[in-house]
Amino acid sequence: MEIFSLAHLWAGIIAIAILVYVLLDGFDLGVGILFGMTRDEAKRGPMMAAIAPFWDGNETWLVVIGASLFAAFPAVYAVFLSAFYLPVLLLLVGLIFRGVAFEFRYRSERMRGVWDFGFAAGSTMAAFVQGAAVGAMMRGIPVEDGQFAGTSLEWLHPFPVLTGIGLVLGYALLGACWLVLKTEGAVADWARGMVFWLVIGVLAIVGPAIVAALTVDMSPGLTQAAERFGMLSSLGAAAGFYALLLLVACARLRLDGALYPLGALFFAATFVALAGMMWPYMIPYTLTVQDAAAPEASLRFMLFAGVVVLPVVAIYTIGVYWLFRGKVASSEEP
Amino acid sequence: MALDPLILSRLQFAFVISFHIIFPAFTIGLAAWLATVEGLGFATGRAVYRRIFDFWLRIFAVSFGLGVVSGIVMAFQFGTNWSVLAERAGPIQGPLIGYEAFTAFLLEATFFGVMLLGRDRVRPGVYLLACCMVSLGTILSSFWILANNTWMQVPIGHEVIDGRFIPTDWREIVLGPVMLIRWLHMLLAAFLTTAICVAATGAWYVLRDINRAEARVMLTWGLGLAAALIPVQMYLGHLNGLYVYEHQPAKFAAIEARWKDEQPGTEVWLAWPDAARQENLLAIETPGIGSFIATGEWDAPMTGLESFPEEDRPPVVIPFFGFRIMVGMGLVMLAVSWIGTLLRVTGRLETSRWFLWATFLAFPSGFIAVLTGWYTAEVGRQPWVIYGLLRTEDAVTPALTTTDALISLVVFVLVYGMLGGFGVRYIYKLLREGPSGPSGAASGAYGSRRPFARADGPGVTDRR
Repeated sequence: MEIFSLAHLWAGIIAIAILVYVLLDGFDLGVGILFGMTRDEAKRGPMMAAIAPFWDGNETWLVVIGASLFAAFPAVYAVFLSAFYLPVLLLLVGLIFRGVAFEFRYRSERMRGVWDFGFAAGSTMAAFVQGAAVGAMMRGIPVEDGQFAGTSLEWLHPFPVLTGIGLVLGYALLGACWLVLKTEGAVADWARGMVFWLVIGVLAIVGPAIVAALTVDMSPGLTQAAERFGMLSSLGAAAGFYALLLLVACARLRLDGALYPLGALFFAATFVALAGMMWPYMIPYTLTVQDAAAPEASLRFMLFAGVVVLPVVAIYTIGVYWLFRGKVASSEEP
Repeated sequence: MALDPLILSRLQFAFVISFHIIFPAFTIGLAAWLATVEGLGFATGRAVYRRIFDFWLRIFAVSFGLGVVSGIVMAFQFGTNWSVLAERAGPIQGPLIGYEAFTAFLLEATFFGVMLLGRDRVRPGVYLLACCMVSLGTILSSFWILANNTWMQVPIGHEVIDGRFIPTDWREIVLGPVMLIRWLHMLLAAFLTTAICVAATGAWYVLRDINRAEARVMLTWGLGLAAALIPVQMYLGHLNGLYVYEHQPAKFAAIEARWKDEQPGTEVWLAWPDAARQENLLAIETPGIGSFIATGEWDAPMTGLESFPEEDRPPVVIPFFGFRIMVGMGLVMLAVSWIGTLLRVTGRLETSRWFLWATFLAFPSGFIAVLTGWYTAEVGRQPWVIYGLLRTEDAVTPALTTTDALISLVVFVLVYGMLGGFGVRYIYKLLREGPSGPSGAASGAYGSRRPFARADGPGVTDRR
């Protein structure tokens, strides 16, 4: 096997796209989850405003990931989506309801309750499904002849359920950090207060998840995952843990600017820990990066998108974030 | 017909893509229209353009939102329901969808935020640039989608290795002549759809004697653009017919309801094609001119469906009527736009109530033409998903169960039914109110909220 190949480059680009997606859509899904924890319109309005200019671009990274997998690793795309048929349906329905809420809640007084519920529930469901998919991936996905060879409820086990809840809490944490950054007054105070409890929640889910993995589950996949928990994963897990501790400390000290970067660091570190366990598999533990790669001609054609277009996207995305810098107004009428 | 994962997946794909295409067809045109109006306002400084822009931006926001959320579903359907297609054709279709995501989706989604909320944060020139970027994004999106679909219709530039389609000539795949014709045909279809909607909205206001200044601009531009584009569109449609004749003879025979080989061909204007008896009932037809209409040559040979093995024949009824309804809508648009422009030039447009009614009623003609045109193209391709190479029945996900496929179909029908119902209602409300309606009148400062929400939403503002 070559040390470096186009397939590895594409695996790297997709890994970066996944991380960007998690850090960006993570905060706006998180705000959606927190949205469901308050019924106070004085909070809800600024919460929506804090993510309104960004959510659409953020969510598009999910499509970029899907399309990149389809292009560079069609076998992974085919297996992953057919293995998670019902979860993907839930994810899409969740994203649909949260997406239209931005538009619809201001169009109708009478229906606002419905669209608000859709926004909170859709965000929560999308986060849960993504977390559960990570857990199910770690348990391993059966593949025969390049196609998924399991049943449609293969993913529904205690361990994926726990990782799903874990990601809901994690995204909510990221959302709280974002709200502290973008809002002021009562909303920011409320969000700052949530940081502590959400960190506790995230840590509290890790314990049961490990216990579940070791006792009720014991799938061969998780055993493999545990064996693969090496140096890189340990470093990632340790960095993630310290990021959480610092996050609580900074929230107490009201170092508002540090919260979102620390939340992002936590996610990046956890991502590295997981990647360390899965590498070089893309579908654990059946398809590796090399097995699943599209032919050279496809990877080469896509190279322009990855190497030239993507940096341009990064530049204008940063530009738009810069354009909408600063706090949103805390009052109902600007 | 027994329910199995294949038929359920086909129904689901047909349903979600039919729902989806309505919104992009509208927003591709609207994005270009908004960029045009913003450009006119930028150049002339006339306030009427700003009012028209703000009004159509509100409608753009609703339809763009619905297009985005229903479009995400499309990006995942290949894998969930058609995993064999995804795995085998991924090396070609994947990069095309990939380029759409990288060059189009990110562009339009990011600058969409600026368009909706950034008016008071950037200079007018930059704002105009953002409008152009959104429009460019929608146009690029249609480009890659048509490259993808064209490869499924007329697969070229590839070789087959171990059952997988390996690209050998990307230039041919992306910029082949068939692709360029089909892309321009779709692009103009979107522009025409929106032009007619804009004109119909203007006609509605004149009939109700409201928003007269805005209505005049909408009528002039909508009818004028449509009048200029429709002849080009009809010529592109003819070129499309030639490619079908050349590359997809079975589809061509289905569109023409031609059962037997003929030379020269008979032109069937209207009939009820009876597949069981392989003949046309109640046919209105003209013998001898079919070859000329299709190809421009009087004695070009026309292949009938009998020449194809039974298992390779497409259904006939949908392509036959789909094509005729599409052409009919094209004629409606031709009549409305040309008569309207004539009336406009002679100064009688706003007093001809009969014509304003006709224009108003033509509102959905573009949408109907887009939908029926796609039904003709897609149903006519059957039984193949990749024409001549991979059958639809062999492309479905092997692990997919009937129960799961039924669940997802029912869920999509319920969810889309609900969203489509409310979305169309909200768009109708905005159209009825017009530029001076409460949502618009209350807007005041631009960019203080999503356009929908300006009346009652909180603001995104700098602390300055």
